[in-house]
Amino acid sequence: MEFQIAWRNIWRNPRRTVIIMIAVIIGVWTMIALTSLMRGMVADMLDRGIATLTGDIKIYPAGFHDDPSISFQINDADFVLSKIANAFPEDTQYASRVRVNAIASNARHSAGLTLVGIDPGQEKGVSFIGNGVLDGRMISRDDKNAIVVGQALLEKFETRIGRKLILMSQDRQNEITSKAYKIVGVFRSKLASTEKQFVFVSKSSAQNMLGMENGVSEISIVLADHEKTGRVAESISTALNGSDLEIYTWKDLLPMLKSYMEVFDGFIVLWFLVIFVAMAFGIVNTMLMAVYERMREFGLLKALGMKPALILRSVLIESGIILAIGAFAGNLLAIGLVMIIAATGIDLSALASGLEYAGVSSIIYPELVLKDVFLANGVVMVLGLAVSIYPAVKASRITPVEAMAHT
Amino acid sequence: MPIVEVKGVDKVYHQGDTAVHALDNIHLSMDAGSFAAIAGPSGSGKTTLLNMIGGLDLPDHGDVIVDGRHFSEMNQSQLAQLRLNRIGFVFQAYNLIPVLSAVENVEYVMLLQGVEKAERRDRAMAMLDEVGLTEKYDNRPAELSGGQQQRVAVARAIVSNPAIVLADEPTANLDSKTGEGLLRIMAEMNERRNVTFIFSTHDKMVMDYAHRLVLLRDGMIDDDRSK
Repeated sequence: MEFQIAWRNIWRNPRRTVIIMIAVIIGVWTMIALTSLMRGMVADMLDRGIATLTGDIKIYPAGFHDDPSISFQINDADFVLSKIANAFPEDTQYASRVRVNAIASNARHSAGLTLVGIDPGQEKGVSFIGNGVLDGRMISRDDKNAIVVGQALLEKFETRIGRKLILMSQDRQNEITSKAYKIVGVFRSKLASTEKQFVFVSKSSAQNMLGMENGVSEISIVLADHEKTGRVAESISTALNGSDLEIYTWKDLLPMLKSYMEVFDGFIVLWFLVIFVAMAFGIVNTMLMAVYERMREFGLLKALGMKPALILRSVLIESGIILAIGAFAGNLLAIGLVMIIAATGIDLSALASGLEYAGVSSIIYPELVLKDVFLANGVVMVLGLAVSIYPAVKASRITPVEAMAHT
Repeated sequence: MPIVEVKGVDKVYHQGDTAVHALDNIHLSMDAGSFAAIAGPSGSGKTTLLNMIGGLDLPDHGDVIVDGRHFSEMNQSQLAQLRLNRIGFVFQAYNLIPVLSAVENVEYVMLLQGVEKAERRDRAMAMLDEVGLTEKYDNRPAELSGGQQQRVAVARAIVSNPAIVLADEPTANLDSKTGEGLLRIMAEMNERRNVTFIFSTHDKMVMDYAHRLVLLRDGMIDDDRSK
């Protein structure tokens, strides 16, 4: 009967109840929907960071990380991979690459960039270049002088497919070496900076140009589940113990992203609390109004022998019902919206340049995390009830004599 | 043995710097089964005295004893328990809980007492029958007339078999015919169930119905006579 009475009391002033419910709905909806969007952005930043030739785990020759010179190389990548294959979970993909700083030039322009020698067949699912090219064709494994460049670089160099591009770098003997390549394809990336930074040739061509024989600069490993990175990296480290190789995870290679992700959870809690504080004013105000309007009634109940704790409980039940309905509707709205947006993504291309600067795609796919949903509901329900204690205590403390004098 | 004893009760209210002597050394005793009225002009202290007897307010000095329980020895929780089980109230207005139907209002006290649902409903319906409101059992207070609301309040006050029922100006908002009907019901309850009724009133009809009349003036007993 307590819930029945509370339910009826809630609807004594439907407009007020609906207003406070709307406040709760908007609060919960905002908490869940926007957090999902932010999680989507962070996940996108991570996927993009990993796909931009980083991988979940990277194996470098000792010294290469601090001094990315071609003089450091992994002599036999296949042997290394055979040693660590047992550490790979299912669906693990990998690629070995040659990577060196170079200068590209044509008749009009020149620019510093990173020359990457790849085996195109290995890159699918490992890095963005595995997705193919926008125009022209992808380099093949045995191409000797074919090169794929980014759209932004193509525009910057005012060149096109079929034209030559000269690459100059330092070889294993520390001699300057250069080679003329023919542009055969153009890749697109979501970030223009990526399109300007990387050019791709076949691994064999790069090895030949730089005098590396079968050597590579790195082995990049991508896991199906990023969460397993630490554990797999440890296993690889154990398997390669004693070798002159170094193992890095994306957390080592993308420290800013790692830090951002670490503070993100704390930021969400803070964000929820800020939304709640705004909501709390509405809850307290409305509950106080509801309580003051019914002071005589509370006095009557006390005169009849109702104990203060029961009055306190009855007000909290009313508040709890409003919060629960609001939270439920807010969840439905937020989850519905996230599911709709998750199918197509939300296009933020109007903010593309700013997003690009932060390393985020212009299309964001929200990511609903159960932990956030529980946290949002927990904050609203627990703190909502906590702030309702004040009006409830007011109601429970009134004496019948004071209440009867209340107008 | 008296069901109510008021022994040397003083009550002073402070309004700013002014002290108002609401009750001044009141001594009063009522036997079980009384049907008594406390009358007097406005500000004479009758509602204050009724509040004291009901344990809604406590005296500055003196003691109130109801059903053998000394209020001076009880805390608020014990007083609430005593009110719940041994004292019924009928107020002048705002008597009923607006969101509950007539029968639910009557049931409510029994709910607080922990009476089982089925028994609550049976007893509440029987009580509504006694006050002639069987037909209106499902109506909410807003759908009842003032007289019907007061009859529901009487039913609620009686339903838990209290030692005393305190009625603060129960007829004040009723026309004389409705007021008399209500008084008749309470007189019948008093006779049939031997429930003690104590009214505060300045309604002559209530005074006529009462078997005993206590007149207050300026917080003191001016007259106390039985009929």
